[in-house]
Amino acid sequence: MTIRVMLPAHLRNLARVGAEVTLEVAAPATIASTLDALESRYPVLRGTIRDHDTLQRRPFIRYFACQEDLSHQDPNTPLADAVLTASEPLIVLGAIAGG
Amino acid sequence: MSKVRVLVGTHKGAFILTSDGKRQQWEVAGPHFAGWEVYHLKGSPVDPNRIYCAPSTGWHGQVIQRSEDGGKTWEPVGNKFAYEGTPGTHQWYDGTPHPWEFKRVWHIEPSLTDPDKVYAGIEDAAIFESTDGGRNWTEFPALREHDTAKGWQPGAGGMCLHTIVLDPSNPSRIYVAISAAGAFRTDDGGKSWKPINRGLHSQYIPNPTAEVGHCVHHIAMSPQRPGVLFMQKHWDVMRSDDAGDNWREVSGNLPTDFGFAIDVHAHEPETVYVVPIKSDSEHFPPDGKLRVFRSRTGGNEWEPLTRGLPQSNCFVNVLRDAMAVDTMDECGVYFGTTGGQVYASADAGDTWAPIVRDLPAVLSVEVQTLA
Repeated sequence: MTIRVMLPAHLRNLARVGAEVTLEVAAPATIASTLDALESRYPVLRGTIRDHDTLQRRPFIRYFACQEDLSHQDPNTPLADAVLTASEPLIVLGAIAGG
Repeated sequence: MSKVRVLVGTHKGAFILTSDGKRQQWEVAGPHFAGWEVYHLKGSPVDPNRIYCAPSTGWHGQVIQRSEDGGKTWEPVGNKFAYEGTPGTHQWYDGTPHPWEFKRVWHIEPSLTDPDKVYAGIEDAAIFESTDGGRNWTEFPALREHDTAKGWQPGAGGMCLHTIVLDPSNPSRIYVAISAAGAFRTDDGGKSWKPINRGLHSQYIPNPTAEVGHCVHHIAMSPQRPGVLFMQKHWDVMRSDDAGDNWREVSGNLPTDFGFAIDVHAHEPETVYVVPIKSDSEHFPPDGKLRVFRSRTGGNEWEPLTRGLPQSNCFVNVLRDAMAVDTMDECGVYFGTTGGQVYASADAGDTWAPIVRDLPAVLSVEVQTLA
């Protein structure tokens, strides 16, 4: 199935892509399997969203879809139907922090 | 005619400043990696168009970028810095054990002989090596596993390995400095390390002459005399004539012996530069006067260099990696400030002029002298 993923600006620059990428992910797609597919296509993103080894989400990264914060869900939970049908993207977002 | 390329790491990206050998007219390129904190970037002495850069952000962590064309274009190469084995703990600020955690690269040091080999000094303190142009990184674990390491504590900026000095006469010898553990040296290419802090006196630690625990801010060495080292410690400017085995204070008549940056003239190994800074908490120049101090006698006797530098209402800092020298016949000296200025002197410090005034806070300055 096709999953749309929106990336924050720094990661777009790093992977040299636009605001959104589309990925083919085996059903039922989850955050984990979608990020696996993302990192497989763009190896430069490994370690920038989640830890290289533990695959834990980096502290200042959040996941959203369908106006819901999925950051604290089990990343192996299937994504919502609207994401699975590509009508909504999975959003990888940098937390509001900086200086 | 020779060219000079100044590599500037800032709080919000990297900038590259170029000039001809006169060093009067400058072109400014950047920001590269806009919005990323660039603690350091440095070119390979073997292949000057190969530059390694260490941008990081709190969101996405560390990335190592590499350029093959003198900084015009960049390619992300590697970003995995994994400690060997189980890293254990060091001391936290309050003396409690704290897990060793990778935070960022502070300093990147390309090999003197192999363009694919490069070292990285990181926080929490450790040294890594890449032998494939920055793609893969492996630790020299013996340093972090030193008998004293469980007692190392961070400095105010974190527990960082911020200084790596390579000995051009001995490829197996590397000097490093860690805040606030002190200076260390390997003589076997990183297999073993020993503290080299004898002679340092740090009055604010329980044992002022302890083997480790000294807040060494930076170490500089003239490639012409590899055994002679100059150190800016938290307090005190120090000198060693025996590869760090023994140190003696050479602060002499400096207005304050606190500071971060220190460097040595490219052709005169007894000519040393520091920027005295008021401390402990202010971290700006005394009296609002930005002065570089130069010793032509290897320390102790220092003269203020002020021509072209602001002598009133100046309250910037000059950080540890933010001073460098070129190797032109008349040695150029460069430094950057937390106010975003990069100053250059084409006459060994006698006169100064800003190359740029309004960059983000400058974290590091390196210089390449190009044929």
